[in-house]
Amino acid sequence: MATRIDVNGLTAYYGKFKAVADVNLTIEPKNVTAFIGPSGCGKSTVLRTLNRMHEVLPNARVEGEVLLDGEDLYGPGMDPVNVRRTVGMVFQRPNPFPTMSIRENVIAGLKLNGVRNKALLDERVEESLRGANLWEEVKDRLNRPGAGLSGGQQQRLCIARAIAVEPQVLLMDEPCSALDPISTLAIEDLITKLKSSFTIVIVTHNMQQASRVSDSTAFFSLEKTGDPGRLVEFDKTSKIFSNPTEKRTEDYVSGRFG
Amino acid sequence: MSTATAPEPVVTGEDRLNLRGQTLPRWTPLAVAAGSVVLALLIYFVTPVDSEIQIVLMAAILFLIAMSAASTVVEGARRARDRFATTLVYTAFLLALIPLVAVLVSVISKGAKRLDLDFFTHSMNNIGARDAGGGIYHAIIGTVEQVVIASAIAVPFGLLVAIYLVEYGQGRISRVISFFVDVLTGLPSIIAGLFVLSFWVLALGFGFSGFAGALALVVLMIPTVVRSSEEMLKLVPNELREAGYALGVAKWRTILKVVVPTALPGIVTGVMLAVARVSGETAPVLLTVFGTNLINSNPFSGEQSSLPLYIYSQAGQPQQFAIDRAWAAALVLIIIIMLLNLIARLFAGRNRLK
Ligand SMILES: Nc1ncnc2c1ncn2[C@@H]1O[C@H](COP(=O)(O)OP(=O)(O)OP(=O)(O)O)[C@@H](O)[C@H]1O
Ligand SMILES: [Mg+2]
Repeated sequence: MATRIDVNGLTAYYGKFKAVADVNLTIEPKNVTAFIGPSGCGKSTVLRTLNRMHEVLPNARVEGEVLLDGEDLYGPGMDPVNVRRTVGMVFQRPNPFPTMSIRENVIAGLKLNGVRNKALLDERVEESLRGANLWEEVKDRLNRPGAGLSGGQQQRLCIARAIAVEPQVLLMDEPCSALDPISTLAIEDLITKLKSSFTIVIVTHNMQQASRVSDSTAFFSLEKTGDPGRLVEFDKTSKIFSNPTEKRTEDYVSGRFG
Repeated sequence: MSTATAPEPVVTGEDRLNLRGQTLPRWTPLAVAAGSVVLALLIYFVTPVDSEIQIVLMAAILFLIAMSAASTVVEGARRARDRFATTLVYTAFLLALIPLVAVLVSVISKGAKRLDLDFFTHSMNNIGARDAGGGIYHAIIGTVEQVVIASAIAVPFGLLVAIYLVEYGQGRISRVISFFVDVLTGLPSIIAGLFVLSFWVLALGFGFSGFAGALALVVLMIPTVVRSSEEMLKLVPNELREAGYALGVAKWRTILKVVVPTALPGIVTGVMLAVARVSGETAPVLLTVFGTNLINSNPFSGEQSSLPLYIYSQAGQPQQFAIDRAWAAALVLIIIIMLLNLIARLFAGRNRLK
C-alpha cells in the first residue's frame, strides 16, 4: 500500500515572509515525483510541508491543505508525530545519530517509539539495510558507530533508518548532493527499487537525476528575490524534459534561464 | 633508506617555485633553552642578582630573544613570529601549571603523614586539639551525604531548566529564567548559607542538619549546571532533532533519547565542575550544618561534619597534631573530588562509541 498526496492551495510562511504561494499538485502512489527549480524557490519548503516538518521551525506556518489519501494533514485533531510516522524523510546532509551504532540507528525510529521485541528488531535491521542496499557493506560491523561510515554509506543508513519505520511516503531533500557519482548511482538505483513499495518525492538540482528516476516532475520558480516561489509546471517527467508547456520550464531544463 | 637520486628540478635558479624554506633543526629550541639557562646562571653569579625568580625570568627572556633572532635570520619573519607566539603560549601554560603543581606537592607532602587507616575509621570523639590520633570518618560521611543529596536535587532540576531554555523556551518566561540564573551565578556562597540558615534552619525550625547544608549547596550548584548543560545542548546540531521528528518520534522523546545523549559527555563535565565546586564550600556549610566531632550518619537531623568544615576547624588550631589532620583531610578531599571526576568520565565514556 502506498499513498496519494493532493496539495491544494498551499502557501507557506516563515514568520511574515511568504516563501511559497498557492501550490497545487497531485502526487501519485508508488511514483517518484521530482521537485526541481532554482535555489530559493521553495522546493525544500514545500517538501517539508508534506510531513509537517515545516512547523518545527519557530514562527513557520502553512495555509491550504495537504490530503493524504483524502485526509487533510493540517485538519483538526491531526497529530504531527503520527503524520511523520506515515511520511518519512531523508535530509540533504546525512545525519546519523552520533551516539548510536549502525544497528541502533536503523531501528532508532522503532525503539524510540517503544518497540522492544528483539526478534522483530533484528529482522527489521537486516530488512531495512538490505532495502537501502547497505547490508553487505555493514553486516559485519553493525555495532560500530554509524558516524564512522563514508558519506554515501551514511546517507543509505539514513534511508534505511527512514524505511525501517515502514512509512507510506518517503520525502528526500537533495539526498545525493553531498555524494560522489557512484554513491549517487547507488541511491538512484535504490529509489527505483523503493518505488515499488513507497510513494517518493525527491528534491534535486540534477536534471539528469530528475529525468532518470522520476515519473512526474514539478518545476518551481520565483519571479524575483523577495517574491514567493510558485509552482510553474507539473507534468509527466518525459513531457517536462521534452516538450514543456511553459517557456520558463523549457529555459530552465535546457540550461537557459535568467 | 633510498639510494635513488631525486630527479633534477626542471626549472632552476630564479624561476624555481619557492615552496621549500630553511628550517631550524628540531633540537634548536632545546639547545637555545639550555644556553639561556646557562647564561642566566652566569649572570646570576657575576652580578648582584639574588632571587631565583629572576633567574627564571632572565632565562625566559633570553630564550625569547635568542630564539626569535635565530628564527628571523634562518627562517624569515613569518616563522619567527610563529615561534614567538608558540613560546609565549608555552610559557603561559607552564605558569598556569605552577600553582597547580605547588598545591599538589604541598598537600601531598604535608598530608601523607597522617594518611593511615586510623584516620579513615575514626571520628574526633574525645580527641582534643592537643591529642594525636583522631580521624575524618564523620567528616567523610557528612561530605558524601551532603554532596550526594545536593547533586540529586540540583542536577535533575538544573538539567530540566537547561532543556526548557534550549528546547522549549522562546518568549518572556525563558528570558526571565535566564536572568535569574545569571543572578544566581554571581551569588556569594555565604549568602546561600545565610538564606538557608534564616529560612530553613531558623524560620521553619528544622535546625542544623546535613540536609540544610545540601539545600545551600543546591542553590550554588543549579546555576552552574544550568549554564553548562545549556551550552552543551545548544551544540547539538538541529539536524539530529529534525531526524528524530522525521522518524515520527515525539519531541520530548527525541530530546531524551537523541539530544541529551549526544550532549552527555559535556553535561557530565559541567556537572562535575559543579560538584567539585560545592564539595569544597565551607561558609554555607558552616552556617547550616554547623559541624560536630561525632559521627552522625543521618543527614536529616542534627549537626554533621564535612571535610571543608573539618579542615577549617583543625587548621585554626595552633597545635601540630591538628594542623597535620587538616592537611591530611585536605588531601582526602582532593582525592575524593578526583575520584568523582574519574567515575563520571568513565560513565560518560560508556555512552560514547569508540
Ligand atoms: N528557516 C527559514 N527562515 C526563514 N526563511 C527561510 C527559512 N528557510 C528557507 N527560507 C526562505 O524560504 C525561501 C525558500 O527556501 P527553500 O529552502 O524552500 O528553497 P529551496 O528551493 O529548497 O532552495 P535550495 O535549492 O537552495 O535548497 C527562500 O527565500 C529562503 O530564504
Ligand atoms: Mg532546499
